[in-house]
Amino acid sequence: MKKSNWLVIIAGVAVGLAALLLQKLGNPGNMGFCIACFERDIAGAVGLHGAAKVQYVRPEIIGIVLGAFIMAVAGKEFRAKAGSSPALRFVLGAFVMIGALVFLGCPLRMVLRLGGGDINAVVGLIGFTAGIVIGILFLRQGFNLGRAYEVGKAEGAVLPIVMAGLLILFLAVPALFHFSEEGPGSKHAPVLIALVLALIVGALAQKARLCMVGGIRDTIMLKDAHLLWGFVAIFATVLVGNLMLNGFHLGVAGQPIAHSSQLWNALGMVLVGWGSVLLGGCPLRQLVLAASGNGDSAVTVFGMIAGAAFAHNFGLAGNPDSTNEAGELVVGGISAYGKGAVIIGFAVLLAISAYCTFVKQKKAEVKA
Amino acid sequence: MIDARGLLCPMPVVMVQKEVKKSAPATIEVLVDDPCAVDNIERFAYNNGYKAEVTAQGSEWKLTLSK
Repeated sequence: MKKSNWLVIIAGVAVGLAALLLQKLGNPGNMGFCIACFERDIAGAVGLHGAAKVQYVRPEIIGIVLGAFIMAVAGKEFRAKAGSSPALRFVLGAFVMIGALVFLGCPLRMVLRLGGGDINAVVGLIGFTAGIVIGILFLRQGFNLGRAYEVGKAEGAVLPIVMAGLLILFLAVPALFHFSEEGPGSKHAPVLIALVLALIVGALAQKARLCMVGGIRDTIMLKDAHLLWGFVAIFATVLVGNLMLNGFHLGVAGQPIAHSSQLWNALGMVLVGWGSVLLGGCPLRQLVLAASGNGDSAVTVFGMIAGAAFAHNFGLAGNPDSTNEAGELVVGGISAYGKGAVIIGFAVLLAISAYCTFVKQKKAEVKA
Repeated sequence: MIDARGLLCPMPVVMVQKEVKKSAPATIEVLVDDPCAVDNIERFAYNNGYKAEVTAQGSEWKLTLSK
């Protein structure tokens, strides 16, 4: 096996182990990491939405960004760049977030859910792959969000600085933030452990270019399974770990923070796969790119946080399956507004894909 | 010469793939400024029977792919 494959496998195993440990130490089920859910929790903690059950300053997001930043600087890979359709990226980021919250997880959490025996995540994976294929069709036709250009170092360091500031305020003045007293936001591993594990994960994700979208995209488009090894390594680690720790529960209904409304599980993840291909990487990769100096990815992350606020202010996010007082299963799902948001998301992604594939290309030909 | 400077992955490697599919040239030169693009194009070259020579030019890289 090639040396570069080993690096991505090691990074995948480390992510899987960190996820298992974080779950064991208090994070919600199958949610050692979830970039979408944790950015949503941060949005709630700073008052961008009022969903009381999902508010917490997740050290995992802060740690991933700072770990990737440190690795990028140490490896001389920090390059401040911006200017590649930032406003479109903001919109794409928001709809990727809405799709993820309809499914109840980003692509990374989808892998963790698969490793926990959640069959709803298989449906999510099918939708995710379908979305990636749609994105590839546009890439092959010439889809392009345009070039980024060198900018001042401060522009490239915006997200690491924001995250460092958030960490300082969280530790020094916690009263500033909203914290859930029940629900997923109230379940978390100790701050310091979560931060340290995320620093390691961020550093490894930067070095190995870990990307949940990239693995499937490159395998289909380039016949290059390099990044897919990371995906497989995370899944295998979590699967084995859950089997050893009695955390594997094969089933559909009643899975931790998941719903069994399969059509919307699939469609939510189509939106995530398609949008992430257009953005050049999954939500985890966007954090890492932003930490490596990419201002456009920082805008994407802010778009995702704004999308999370919309998702909870307008009731677009999925409702997990739950049990009532009599101990009966109450099947979750998504609201009519959530379904409408997914359909609007498809229209928006189609418009952006078509514009950046055909209209921009035609304009460039006329110029030439 | 393919100018893929300022383009995020996977765009640079997609441009190389298009060139290979179009005319399968014996030599392809690519200019990139993203370290991830260097890795991806080197891997693409290896998987498609090309040798890749990488030359650093300040904050950019020139890759020469040859059969």
